[in-house]
Amino acid sequence: MRHTTVLHRDRATSLAELGDRAEWIRLETIRLVDIAKSGHYSSVFSCAELLAALYYNTMRLDPAVPSWPDRDRLLLGKGHVAIGIYPCLADLGYFPIDWLDSYTRLGSPLGDHPDMTKVPGIDFSSGSIGHNLSVGIGMALNARRRGSDAVIRVLLGDQELNEGQIWEAAMAAAHFGLSNLVAIVDANGWGLDGPVGEVMGIEPVREKFQAFGWTTDEVDGHDMRAVVGALRHDPSAARPHAIVARTQKGRGVSFMEQTPFWHLGYLGPEDRQRAETEIRTRMTAG
Amino acid sequence: MTISDPGSWNIETSLPRLTAFTMGNELADLADGRDDIVVLTADLMYSNGTREFADRHPSRFHNLGIAEQNMVSVAAGMAASGDRPYVATFASFAALLAAEQIRTDLAYPALPVRILAHHAGVAMGFYGTSHHAVEDIALMRAIAGMTVASPCDGNAIRAVLRATVDLPGPVYVRLGRGAEKPVYDTVPHVDPGHFLRLRDGRDLTIIATGVAVHPALEAAEALLSRGIRARVLDAMYIKPIDRASIRAAAADTGAILTVEEHNPNGGLGGAVAEVIAEERLDTAFQRHSLPDGYALVAPPTHLYRHYGLDAAGIEDRAIGLLGHG
Repeated sequence: MRHTTVLHRDRATSLAELGDRAEWIRLETIRLVDIAKSGHYSSVFSCAELLAALYYNTMRLDPAVPSWPDRDRLLLGKGHVAIGIYPCLADLGYFPIDWLDSYTRLGSPLGDHPDMTKVPGIDFSSGSIGHNLSVGIGMALNARRRGSDAVIRVLLGDQELNEGQIWEAAMAAAHFGLSNLVAIVDANGWGLDGPVGEVMGIEPVREKFQAFGWTTDEVDGHDMRAVVGALRHDPSAARPHAIVARTQKGRGVSFMEQTPFWHLGYLGPEDRQRAETEIRTRMTAG
Repeated sequence: MTISDPGSWNIETSLPRLTAFTMGNELADLADGRDDIVVLTADLMYSNGTREFADRHPSRFHNLGIAEQNMVSVAAGMAASGDRPYVATFASFAALLAAEQIRTDLAYPALPVRILAHHAGVAMGFYGTSHHAVEDIALMRAIAGMTVASPCDGNAIRAVLRATVDLPGPVYVRLGRGAEKPVYDTVPHVDPGHFLRLRDGRDLTIIATGVAVHPALEAAEALLSRGIRARVLDAMYIKPIDRASIRAAAADTGAILTVEEHNPNGGLGGAVAEVIAEERLDTAFQRHSLPDGYALVAPPTHLYRHYGLDAAGIEDRAIGLLGHG
């Protein structure tokens, strides 16, 4: 193999470094939303630790060869967190850093929802909630037939689990015994209109996946040590695996936490300052 | 096999009767020579003949159960990994139930997935409107990047599958119920985006698609006894539409009748009308289709007769268009 730039699985990145990466993802999200004057803050904040762990520790990647068949995949059920992934891809070398400055501007490859045909490192386009677990099944079946040990991960929202297609996919993944497929539920507890339990309840999530024939795990999605451990793939797995990450919507900026209203919004200069200061304080403290 | 009465039949024994369903065999043949062809169906491998592919290439056949939306998105994931997936299910569920998955997961990322949408139109007859697809051409035609094919018999299906196997982007292949009378003795060659001229004439052009092609030929023969010489074009591809053939039909015959097993909204007739209007073609024109409503319950051949999609009905429309009534 000539893949000299391969980022290996389960890299030895320190927990402190990964924690700083998660905070950096929050800061970059705030910076990019400022370009668009509208964006998804709190949905990214809830999964910032997950994204940091996936890109800087867990996944086997080759930024020089984005289409490398044996790379691990990350698909987005909740496509609106692409804004948290673009900075990671740019930082890892998938595309020039200055692309980020074009975010959402006319003709930019970087829109609110990711486009696989325009952005190297995006494994599948998304935006329509509920599709990508099915797409992951297709990739997992392909990898198995080719004898590739690529691991396919799909990041889902908890309100996303209302979509019927999710459960069609959950059934099929177990039916096909796809041990190379992992669903990660960013269970931040909120839909757009309120708490998940009030909008359309979906709990118990873990037991539902178990009943569909998956192995499952449940972790505190903001505890980096727990996240890194949960994301490590078991090569002896025989079934698809679901990780329910208990998270907080808007995590990391106190005035944006635990409310549905910062799902989409814009921070004016003063609030942006407040938010960034709070995040930076944690970074220097951490 | 427990059937002893020759008058009996079941889903398994009916398969050999579906002589126009050549796709299972054709895909299995194509897959002998390449390892990227995979076939998916939704609990319908006996109804659509993909059973043959399953027998010959079991590791590349996936039954997704009755979950069509999931099936389309699964195919998208396979295509994004280098496979060339064919998804086969009833046209009503492919084009209507999974329309958004087709748009967002196949067409928008320009993935080479082929949708084998069988039992289109009113081929399901008395099974009723839930199983009819009389809107599918319009829906699929509206999707950017989609190729829409509508082969009329078993050899035409083979022709479309061969011609599109390496075509970039998704292809919607509109199919009947496997019982279509043969139009082609051999596998014709036709490139995507072209009609086939089956018969020439200078008084009128009948542009027919799918199950309407055979009766259109019969109608053309009958019109001859009235001194009307009809050109007959097989619209094997509806998108992209064959502008040159429409232009020639207008110039050479001055009258165009489109015939399709679809409602009048946005199908073949609509596509031809757009060309006539945009190019200011000087021609008489009429669309002949199913009505803008929901079909009655009946066996399909009875429905074709009732709605004038048989040879006599097409002949009547042609006479009406020419003002010979």
